[in-house]
Amino acid sequence: MISLATLFDLAVTVALCSLCLSFLITIYRIVKGPTLPDRILGLDMLVAIAIGFIAVIGIKTGYTLYVDVAIALGLVGFLATVAFARFVMSRGKTEDDILAEVRQAATDARREARAASKAAARSGEGPGRPAAPAPAAARKEPGHE
Amino acid sequence: MNEIATLIAALLLLIGSAFTLVAAIGLLRLPDLYTRMHAASKAGTMGSCLVLIALAVHAHDLGTMSRALAGVVFFLLTAPVSSHLLAKAAYSVGYRLHPTSVRDEMAPKDKK
Repeated sequence: MISLATLFDLAVTVALCSLCLSFLITIYRIVKGPTLPDRILGLDMLVAIAIGFIAVIGIKTGYTLYVDVAIALGLVGFLATVAFARFVMSRGKTEDDILAEVRQAATDARREARAASKAAARSGEGPGRPAAPAPAAARKEPGHE
Repeated sequence: MNEIATLIAALLLLIGSAFTLVAAIGLLRLPDLYTRMHAASKAGTMGSCLVLIALAVHAHDLGTMSRALAGVVFFLLTAPVSSHLLAKAAYSVGYRLHPTSVRDEMAPKDKK
């Protein structure tokens, strides 16, 4: 039988670990995010995760002064997102965004072609043969960029 | 009584952090901006609100409790507004839905 305090400490540790993991995943999305609204969405999510961090730290250490900071952080994050949304609206779409969308569509098409050729190869050798060279050629494509 | 509060706080912590993790994975895996927004603004808000409620349950003094609950209310009020504004701005500028999307109710009528 585990004592309640141990269980609670375990819950706090698990919560901190999963918040850390989601923080890192969101940062990856911000760095990679193909377009500007994706990055803004990632920043919004980061604010939410930071508020969660503050709450968990408040539970763990009993130092709850930071809850005020969390409220202020929520306000700043809200205003930042609203301002960024206005900025997206006034800026319009740039060439980078169109390029990113085309690249994303190409990646999706490549993945689909690979899946189709794999399915064809699995169903039999006859239909698998003509489909096989297509994904190989598509896979070579990113090397040229 | 105190033990029950601790247990509830631990449970809320686990559920809230799991929601946040699911939101982050959705942000990573979903195909376009609008579906990512669906993950981040619903599950993410839910996650941080649950963790704040866990703090409110765990806290012993009334001040901390009320501040945490005020944070929850404030966050619940602002998160939908900001993500709706962002989605509206992105759609009106012309960021497209992913081709696998089944329905676009804001599409111009004359095209169809």
